[in-house]
Amino acid sequence: MSLLTLKRSVEASPVSLSTGATPRRRRPRLSTVLGGYLPLVAIVLLVALPLLWMVLSSFKQVSEIITLNLHALPRHWSLVNYTEAFRTAPFGRFFLNSVLVTVVGATLKVLLAIHTAYALVFVRFPAKNVIFVAVLVALMVPPQVAILPNYVLVAGMNGLNTYWGIIVPSLGTAFGTFLLRQAFRSLPMSMLEAAEVDGAGHLARLWRMVVPTTAPSITTVALVTIVSEWNEYIWPLIITTDPNLMTLPVGLTLLQNNESGPAGYGVMMAGAVIVILPVLVVFAFLQRYIVAGLTAGSVSN
Amino acid sequence: MALPNLVLIGAFTYRPLIMNIYYSTLNWTLGSATATVVGLGNYVRFFSSDAAGTVLTTTAVFAVATVGGSMVLGLLVALALNTNVPGTNVARAGVFAPYVLSGVGVGLVWLFIFDPVYGVLAYVLRRFGAESPRWFNDPTLSLVMVITVYVWKNLGYCAVVYLAGLQSLPADVMEAAALDGAGRLRRFGYMSLPLLGPTTFFLLITTILSSLQAFDLIRIMTPTSQGTRTLIYEAYVQGFGAYQRAGYSAAISVVLFVLLITLTIIQIAWVDRKVHYA
Repeated sequence: MSLLTLKRSVEASPVSLSTGATPRRRRPRLSTVLGGYLPLVAIVLLVALPLLWMVLSSFKQVSEIITLNLHALPRHWSLVNYTEAFRTAPFGRFFLNSVLVTVVGATLKVLLAIHTAYALVFVRFPAKNVIFVAVLVALMVPPQVAILPNYVLVAGMNGLNTYWGIIVPSLGTAFGTFLLRQAFRSLPMSMLEAAEVDGAGHLARLWRMVVPTTAPSITTVALVTIVSEWNEYIWPLIITTDPNLMTLPVGLTLLQNNESGPAGYGVMMAGAVIVILPVLVVFAFLQRYIVAGLTAGSVSN
Repeated sequence: MALPNLVLIGAFTYRPLIMNIYYSTLNWTLGSATATVVGLGNYVRFFSSDAAGTVLTTTAVFAVATVGGSMVLGLLVALALNTNVPGTNVARAGVFAPYVLSGVGVGLVWLFIFDPVYGVLAYVLRRFGAESPRWFNDPTLSLVMVITVYVWKNLGYCAVVYLAGLQSLPADVMEAAALDGAGRLRRFGYMSLPLLGPTTFFLLITTILSSLQAFDLIRIMTPTSQGTRTLIYEAYVQGFGAYQRAGYSAAISVVLFVLLITLTIIQIAWVDRKVHYA
């Protein structure tokens, strides 16, 4: 996003990869535990209750959703909202499209970032600093303001309602490049020079030495990229009009239009579960990488 | 090795900036083969229209409210998390979680919660004998609703960054102050808060920039854009809505870009002089 943001975060490193486990100085007293727990529980409930409500509602029948007499738990757990979502819209297609766009897009983006960062750190070529600044400045350009010209360009190349039309425009990655450049710069030059003397080419050095030793940083970039590709909305919304090419967030908009009125809430909750749950599961297991990546760059493209 | 990425960045990041400026000088319907040059006409039209006042006010209110809300609440949450009770790490991850979720999914969930008749919020209000505000019909209430959800989704980011800031405060200095008889509130007001200056500034700028770019949540929760036309929403509606006014939309995008880049430059110019205490 911004030069300073990144510079600052790298210097001050708000959240390090080793996460914020504070060293405990003494055993907490009972009163501290109670006093400390109350706010913690309140905070967790604030986050969890809306999501829990989503999950529970997605299993309720219409009669339990359109009622003034709400109950937390569904009386009859029902999959009708899920089957309805798949019936009124090609939800299977949405899901597969999202998986495809995310996997292909994120893979290419990470590969591009790795290679660019390697070149910026270890390869001698002219105007390197100028190019690095150009990448940095690109971080400051909000993707939203580029929507219209990119639409005109991609539509002009018959990219409407195509996978490449969805994926390609966001492939150029300044965020990943910047984060990995920082990581690569911390590697000892001597290690790579020794390999160079032994006759290892750039690609060999990159994949046998640099990538394995900076795996945590690459994981961070990969996870942040995956999550942002999965959630991406405005570009796929504009570039797809054919439901068969829509990703989940765009498909949900379609579902919302088709299911307007309170009767559609159950189906919409089912749709929301399908788009939210995968990210929540990934986050639950790998949160320390994702939090580190997002708070370091505080940008997702 | 760097070439493919650089070409892509050039084609889809830099090229659009220039093209936007060019398009903004045209009276041009999206998809039409002909366009007439109108110079600064689109800018004049935007700034002299009734819509401009509304759009700029909405953008400002949304930015100030979401930034203020998520930073103040984020700081409070960070203070609550800055303890040594077990389970803090789980709460820290939990409060961050909404930040990584799809804005579309989150928007749908909260639309259901806010429904004035069948929503759980209306249900709770009824229990207390109150009636639910008509969130979907009143422009101001719609904006309040969207701001609330945006803060819910983003406060975890501020909390985690603030928590890291709190944990990096010099423990010996804080303890010395405590021994000298400075109470919790005094230590917070006179020591923690000033020492957190750089963190606050970092968050201020990043959250302003991202709130000016907020789209998915706003689009899903208020599909008619009543009460919630921020600059980015206006650019979208004008360009890709019923009228397809590409030139006009490009002009609004340029205004947004100038705003964002100005903020960025201010931050770069000011940060190192203004916010360092330690």
